[in-house]
Amino acid sequence: MSGVRVLVGTRKGAFVLTADGKRKDWNVSGPHFAGWEIYHVKASPAEPNRLFASQTSGWFGQLIQRSDDGGKTWEPVGNKFAYDGIAGTHQWYDGTPHPWEFARVWHLEPSPTDPDTVWAGVEDAALFRSKDGGQTWHELSALREHKTGAGWQPGAGGLCLHTILLDPRDSERMFIAISAAGAFRSDDGGQSWRAVNRGLKSEGIPDPDAEVGHCVHRIAMHPSRPDVLFMQKHWDVMRSDDAGESWREVSGNLPTDFGFPIDVHAHEPETIYVVPIKSDSEHFPPDGKLRVYRSRTGGDQWEALTNGLPQQNCYVNVLRDAMAVDSLDSCGVYFGTTGGQVYASADSGDSWAPIVRDLPAVLSVEVQTLP
Amino acid sequence: MIRVQLPAHLRTLGRVEGEVQLHVGDTATQRTVLDALEASYPMLRGTIRDQLTMRRRPFVRFFACQQDLSHEAPDNPLPDEVARGTEPFLVVGAMAGG
Repeated sequence: MSGVRVLVGTRKGAFVLTADGKRKDWNVSGPHFAGWEIYHVKASPAEPNRLFASQTSGWFGQLIQRSDDGGKTWEPVGNKFAYDGIAGTHQWYDGTPHPWEFARVWHLEPSPTDPDTVWAGVEDAALFRSKDGGQTWHELSALREHKTGAGWQPGAGGLCLHTILLDPRDSERMFIAISAAGAFRSDDGGQSWRAVNRGLKSEGIPDPDAEVGHCVHRIAMHPSRPDVLFMQKHWDVMRSDDAGESWREVSGNLPTDFGFPIDVHAHEPETIYVVPIKSDSEHFPPDGKLRVYRSRTGGDQWEALTNGLPQQNCYVNVLRDAMAVDSLDSCGVYFGTTGGQVYASADSGDSWAPIVRDLPAVLSVEVQTLP
Repeated sequence: MIRVQLPAHLRTLGRVEGEVQLHVGDTATQRTVLDALEASYPMLRGTIRDQLTMRRRPFVRFFACQQDLSHEAPDNPLPDEVARGTEPFLVVGAMAGG
């Protein structure tokens, strides 16, 4: 019988949640790497039992862990992330030049076809790739060396490269997003990049045509239509129908268009999910009600999904990498909160139930659909 | 024989219990001890010293013989008691943060 494996990164370790296709009874494994911040755990689509985890600590730095048995056992692999050449500077919060400094890996994106290839998005913003299962890492430095790079300024969470989208139709094309620089696209496997932020409007940036400086929180794509992108920006939910060449706002009737994650239904490319958050100064749901909003029209028209979610006194946040969908016939949707809950819906969001309630603050959620 | 005490997270990572015992060359210094430690336990590379600059990570401290050696030059000899193995070299996660 098919099943799912939910990979959860938290402030104090990683957890692996498994269930059969009914997604009612869950087994919880963890904490793995107890006490460490686990920014992201993601599996190789090419070898589903191969998992990569970003393990980090303010004391002891960055580690990458790899499992080849679905998360039962782990081995540390390479953790040397050296910028290519002389790294130079980006802009600091006060506007002064600041040296590029590696802090941590925010996001790991395994290749869809090669179990030994995985990309890593890091802070300070750069893209690395390993072709040997994580043993060694090499920067794709053209991104950091983009003509605008010296002007990139960190968001409140750091100058982090948090989103990596690989075009399933064209292995040379990929999208990345950086807070607070914006979205970038490569059409040559990362050898060159261009900013794809036309149409984004950001309060505080006086130039309405600013090429960079936008605080993109997350981008999502449906694999059947890789030219259609959905974006949760700091404020505003956006959509592009031309691979990022232009964006238009699709916030529509959302109660607030601030938020972090955005994701697309596994079988319905026009069905998307966001979790509205009150504001950039109050990182919790409006009115104390945890509501996922679903649009079946690719944006603009949104409906609140509340069945099974707390509708009073709820003041958690849902971070940018903490939502995922499975690909079972009835699409499962998952998200984790800073309060340590991981919620699952086995019916595309119509109803929700917590898998676990009391984990450490959740940083990331990924899900695998298993045969 | 040099004795090294690691903080709990690094003992878990290195899969060691208790103290680590290391052979170093003629002179026991922070550098020779940490080189030997990382050679025996490669998973610890980067966790005590930055892999590029080889400088002590900011929230890691070194102690021995009731002394804070964190700001000693890495090639300074460690105390004789450490070199003789009668006192351990302590790698400590600084008490900061939550």
